[in-house]
Amino acid sequence: MSITPFVPSWQYYRRKIAGATMLALCYLSAVLAIVPLVLIFFYTINRGVSYLNLDFFIQMPKPVGEPGGGMANAIVGTLVLVATGSAIGLPIGILTGIYLAEFGNNKFAYFARFMTDVLSGVPSIVAGVVAYGLVVVPMKHFSAAAGGVALAILMIPTVTRTTEEMIRLVPHSYREAALALGIPMWKTTMQIVVRTAFRGIITGILLSIARIAGETAPLLFTALGNRFWSTSLDQPIGSLTVFIYDYAKAPFEDWNNQAWAAALVLIILISGLSLAVRVVTRSKFVQR
Amino acid sequence: MTARNINAFFGKVQALYDVNLDIAGNRVLAIIGPSGCGKSTFLRCLNRMHEVAGGTMTGTVELDGQNIYGTDAVLVRKRVGMVFQKANPFPTMSIFDNVAIGLRLTGGVPKSQMNDVVEHSLKQAALWDEVKDSLNKSGVSLSGGQQQRLCIARTLAVNPEVILMDEPASALDPIATAKIEELIYELKKDFTIVIVTHNMQQAARVSNTTAFFYMGKLIEFDETKTIFTSPKQKQTEDYITGRFG
Repeated sequence: MSITPFVPSWQYYRRKIAGATMLALCYLSAVLAIVPLVLIFFYTINRGVSYLNLDFFIQMPKPVGEPGGGMANAIVGTLVLVATGSAIGLPIGILTGIYLAEFGNNKFAYFARFMTDVLSGVPSIVAGVVAYGLVVVPMKHFSAAAGGVALAILMIPTVTRTTEEMIRLVPHSYREAALALGIPMWKTTMQIVVRTAFRGIITGILLSIARIAGETAPLLFTALGNRFWSTSLDQPIGSLTVFIYDYAKAPFEDWNNQAWAAALVLIILISGLSLAVRVVTRSKFVQR
Repeated sequence: MTARNINAFFGKVQALYDVNLDIAGNRVLAIIGPSGCGKSTFLRCLNRMHEVAGGTMTGTVELDGQNIYGTDAVLVRKRVGMVFQKANPFPTMSIFDNVAIGLRLTGGVPKSQMNDVVEHSLKQAALWDEVKDSLNKSGVSLSGGQQQRLCIARTLAVNPEVILMDEPASALDPIATAKIEELIYELKKDFTIVIVTHNMQQAARVSNTTAFFYMGKLIEFDETKTIFTSPKQKQTEDYITGRFG
């Protein structure tokens, strides 16, 4: 059979053009998707960075009219609230995830899984209202503890789901190998299976921490906010998010600028956590 | 070890029908048969791994006269170890930790002894010379044959009396397979070994006694020489000569 020379036909060109068009559309969509993120970053940096100085991190808010001052109490407040929420939410979430993955083939587990999915869709302000009813009303005052409870409610579904998924990904052969060595079931689960899934579980934890660090609504009537220094769980406590809310809607330009600076700090905090996730999940020891 | 009247089920499906078998100490028993005949199921009945896979069974298995189904399964598995078809060293641990983990999580020995135990197990598994300078490397950084020997070392470290091997060399190349077979020959001095294999030549090379399973039933059990030269059952002869399976 002789080799006929290749002569491009109109179908050939049509195919090439269609391919190039779709590729261009894909690139364009990717760019469009990144635009809001880039805008947020650069605009916040632009508006906030000039008001970011050492005072900002060390000093307390000053009364209206006095220039300067900082939000040390808000930064510490966010840290206290995230820590409290994590202390409640992480153990519950991780242990639930382990239970669902290892022993989750009965009716109760199906029910628990379903409720977890429902809980993950609950609006954050509803979590705040529930925490108000559960903690603020009996205590008869707002408190950081209530804020922690609200954040924990939001944290539990994410942590549970990720933990369960990661543990399910551990191949069954490792469980079998461990059991065949005479290792008891609970030790197999905790020391072999969880250890293998550890990196994935950490990812879930960091992502859920990043989420609750940025929540505002559930803190509005649980932790309330506090213009003065407080780290006690028993008292209302300030937070970066509520701080931004209060200062942004205030009629004072000085305060608005401080809100921008706070927004910048918050974005850096959350981006830092997401970056930590990427660092943690890079493979260095586990080779295939 | 003795197995009497073993009937094994996966739910409603019966996998083993009334199996009776004696396993002599310090010898190698090979279990052969076509795919799906119940070889692995029987093996797993010997160290109570069958129930881990969700199966049920009736009958008794005795180790040194003691019914293993009457006692704690965890203790049984310390005395009857298992090596799987696909080598599965724990991926998050180093070579040293892989060998040590069985002991660490089942009672442990003092730190001073641990180094010796690991070295001894790796030597018994014919892997010490190859890894002695890199004990801290990841368990999964070794080749397939080395990983399987690592799994054998891991099993040896808890000092079982019986070692069950489920097609240990079927995923390996011929040279690695030969190393494993040499290893089994050495190990039978100190341990009792039961090996399931698809490879009849391997069974003939390595074992003292052979059991032929077909469709969940034990068809014939005899000295290896007899099974492969003058089998008593027609089915056995058909399988050996390759007429089916």
